[in-house]
Amino acid sequence: MKIDYREIGLKVGLEIHRQLDTRHKLFCDCPTTPREGGREIVFIRWLREAQSELGEVDPAALFESRKRRMIVYHADTENTCLVELDEEPPHDLNREAVEIALTAALMMNARPVDEIHVMRKIVIDGSNTTGFQRTCVIALGGEIEVDGKKIPIQTITLEEDAARIIEQKPHEVHYDLSRLGIPLIEVSTAPVINSPEEAYNVAYAIGRILRATRRVKRGIGTVRQDLNISITGGALVEIKGVQELELLPKVVELEVIRQLHLLKIRDELRSRGVSEDDLKREPIKDVTSIFVKTSSKILRRRIEGGGVVLALRLKGFGGLLGLEAAPGIRLGAELAGRARAWSEVEGIFHTDELPGYGISGEEVMRLREEVGAGDLDAVVIVAAERERAEDALERVRERAIEALYGVPPETRGARPDGTTIYLRPRPGAARMYPETDIPPLPLPREYVEEIKRRLPPSLDEVAEWISRRYGVSKQIADELIDSEKVEIFERVVGETGIQPSIAASILVEHMKSLRREGYEVEKIREEDLLEFFRRVVRGELAKEAAPEIIKWLAQNPDKSLDDAVNALGLKAVSLEEVKARIAELMEANRDLVRSNPGKAISVIMGELMKTYRGRFDGGKLYQLVSQAVYGQVRD
Amino acid sequence: MSNQDALQGYSGEIRALLEEAGVEVGDEVEIRAGDEVYRGILMSRYELADPGYIVIKLPNGYNIGISASRVTSIRRVAPAAKPRFTQPPRPPQKPGLPKVVIVSTGGTIASRIDYRTGGVRAALTAEDLLSIVPELAELADLDARILFSIYSEDMTPDHWNMMAAEADKLIRGGAEGVVIAHGTDTMGYSAAALSFALQKPPVPVVFVGAQRSSDRPSSDAATNLIAAVRVAGHAPFAEICVSMHAWHSDTVIAIHRGTRVRKLHTSSRDAFKSVNSEPIAYVSGGEIKINVRNLNPRGSGDYRFEPGFSKDAALIKFYPGMPPEILEAIHNLGIRGIILEGTGLGHVANKLIPTIRRLVDEGVFIGMTSQCIFGRINMRVYDTGRYLLKAGVMPLDDMLPETAYVKLSWCLARARDLEEVKRLMLTPIAGELGERSMPAIREAAVA
Repeated sequence: MKIDYREIGLKVGLEIHRQLDTRHKLFCDCPTTPREGGREIVFIRWLREAQSELGEVDPAALFESRKRRMIVYHADTENTCLVELDEEPPHDLNREAVEIALTAALMMNARPVDEIHVMRKIVIDGSNTTGFQRTCVIALGGEIEVDGKKIPIQTITLEEDAARIIEQKPHEVHYDLSRLGIPLIEVSTAPVINSPEEAYNVAYAIGRILRATRRVKRGIGTVRQDLNISITGGALVEIKGVQELELLPKVVELEVIRQLHLLKIRDELRSRGVSEDDLKREPIKDVTSIFVKTSSKILRRRIEGGGVVLALRLKGFGGLLGLEAAPGIRLGAELAGRARAWSEVEGIFHTDELPGYGISGEEVMRLREEVGAGDLDAVVIVAAERERAEDALERVRERAIEALYGVPPETRGARPDGTTIYLRPRPGAARMYPETDIPPLPLPREYVEEIKRRLPPSLDEVAEWISRRYGVSKQIADELIDSEKVEIFERVVGETGIQPSIAASILVEHMKSLRREGYEVEKIREEDLLEFFRRVVRGELAKEAAPEIIKWLAQNPDKSLDDAVNALGLKAVSLEEVKARIAELMEANRDLVRSNPGKAISVIMGELMKTYRGRFDGGKLYQLVSQAVYGQVRD
Repeated sequence: MSNQDALQGYSGEIRALLEEAGVEVGDEVEIRAGDEVYRGILMSRYELADPGYIVIKLPNGYNIGISASRVTSIRRVAPAAKPRFTQPPRPPQKPGLPKVVIVSTGGTIASRIDYRTGGVRAALTAEDLLSIVPELAELADLDARILFSIYSEDMTPDHWNMMAAEADKLIRGGAEGVVIAHGTDTMGYSAAALSFALQKPPVPVVFVGAQRSSDRPSSDAATNLIAAVRVAGHAPFAEICVSMHAWHSDTVIAIHRGTRVRKLHTSSRDAFKSVNSEPIAYVSGGEIKINVRNLNPRGSGDYRFEPGFSKDAALIKFYPGMPPEILEAIHNLGIRGIILEGTGLGHVANKLIPTIRRLVDEGVFIGMTSQCIFGRINMRVYDTGRYLLKAGVMPLDDMLPETAYVKLSWCLARARDLEEVKRLMLTPIAGELGERSMPAIREAAVA
């Protein structure tokens, strides 16, 4: 589908979050590196929002409080102290983090605030042990230029990263606390982005600026992008947690398709004369008896477990639930997503996708009959305990009513394929109040001026410098920077003395092509890469071994380089052994050596590479073979 | 709170500037500073912060400080919206539940926030508490009253008397359990005081506090309070006790005997521990699990109300290098009894002994406890202890220093002479004395 994004009035705002590479966390002295191996402490908490005192109910807060779950925290004493456990007041705001954020802010021409005030932003899903996230505005009103267009930066904030979810069950959620409290910078743009590509370009530009500070974290999980997306006639939808920059255009495009699809369905429903009143009046019916002998495993398991199958007729929705605008973008998926998020049900189906999933045509007929569904009607069924099933169908009804009005404003989560899933309603005004445990921090003008004088070079300047210093092309230097490999590149070259072009080609080209083949090369530890190059320089490994080793390490992220060398049989081979083997092959090919030395070299090399690939440097091997062959020829 | 300063926290030139502009805290203002224009709600300023900044709350909810030196104009855009604290209706009361009264003394057990203005207000009425902690309506027929509203570090023996009198009044008025919400810093002292003033009460009197502020969703206040109300209304025992977290988890609340409990951590939820004894019960999974024997049963007919605390007692911690003149000086203030927190088994520097002897001769009670906190006094093991005994110091066995001080204050208010003080101090009254010394139950952490 070709979309004219200007025509439909696309507006996108970005929030780029990135972890800062500070020595310790934002409000305590715990390390920000994922150190493990300390004592594990597991404790249980419940959160209750103090109150929602605006005389109105905040929809996002209601969502969480309805799902009031037992929260199980896992803390490792290597990287967690009483501050993360919410058992000790926060220490002073980390000045190193403030300085990095200020540096980034000044590079985006933002104006630092005169005095920083740390706030508590209520978050009661358990991802913060306190029930709020500590956050503060560092600077306001910046601007960057992307492809000649000025992109206003509204705010730059510094906040604590949240705990990581490790397990979720219906009434229980588990979090690991090691990430909690790592400083995060958040850069928010104005909603001026008008196309998917532009979203990418802006995010890329901001990423380059943040990286230019040289003090942000790199690798998986250190960056998170949130988007606000709206189109004319649609609604403001917030999409959370896009980890990959490359995914941004797709997320924007799919969201536009989704909103356009919902608008189309709205028009169709209106033309069919579907009314909110009808939907509201529609009763929920118990249709368990139809499915007692069903061959659908999901339904049968629920029924046998004491559950029921309830049905809701959606008058006039026939055919519209299964209508697909792009893979996964269907109204049916929206209804199910809403029911799943609120009521945590799994067995939910609608007639547009039936018969199927083991549900027979006859069962569908009886179902339609039972609820009096005509050809233009759809029926949604849910199998669960009665209360949960009822609750789920009420959510389906609510979402179906919203379909009459187009696109509901909501918060959605990004999935790795670029589609999104319903998370929760959009929150009302941010529920924030001052963090009284931390005194305000003035930013005297002299201090800000000092940081301004010491601003780091831009990444373009860095690329030029890398290119000059290491004798690699500007393109390679840029690729090193964009693939976030420049830091390890400099370490590798500096610490091992390997030829820069070899390091660059392995770190950029090999890694890139392997990544394209689907190997998760980001998971490889920098220490292992460093050790690999060290051994290449010492002659213990051949550079040709790089692809095999990288593949193996990507597949075995918990294993070390030693493990890779053992598993791949890359045990170093001595010069003597190689020479002896060459002598053997010379003997075996005596005639060929005399008659056609060139051919003999390639035959012998071919044999040698079978055993020594990756274990002995290829260039050196070639040198040894040609020396031997031509030496003999001369004799 | 009604006659609050309209420009709270602002002083000097900035205050003049704000006054001139006719703005008050809470007003929506527009402030020009250099080239920038800020719009937001004027916030109050912490009294102790640098006075050179104006704080506003931006429309996105964030506060920032604007340096007064840059401000060129201040304009009032709209008058203050008053913090709105609407109270939801009281949840329906389940019939047939015990009548429990919550008395607040200053510790904030629940509060409400107005996110627009940042205002925080303590919830003190029964309706307020029930709307914030609705589980309470399932446990008790609740009533609530405010006795006073002070920081616990400002408590004095007079406040112990007032609390004791209030509890006695409520007990005689038919309350089936009393909960006292109290700041945690001196909660142990107050719990000990009421243990001596309300002997063998017919219903439990349960102290409760919060280590983590009640304005945070993670506060321990609600779980501690729910356990306290459960014990007050339903426990088969009637003791003066303290209801606080047993550990970092919200799942287990320990119920400590009032004379045996001490705050042993500055900030953690599990700050309160029973010392030289075990908690008398735990509350977990909605059940009260009794942990010790010989508790005073609910409805016991031996209730005695024995109020009265003297201000003539002192608690002194010995430290290396302490000059004897300190004791003299204290005596000169009119102090009639001193609890010493000595070292180890109950020692102070030998240099202090002549002064101690003289004070005892002048009729001052001097009792010995240990700054080790855990363990029992024994002054016969070393020479210093024996000399101190000879000088007339009374060893107070395994009594907590704070409890010993409270008890001395109580004894001085009723004993006719030093001999009676000595006799009373060594008579167990509320489980404060003479527990068997038990080995540590939990295994030591192995490095």
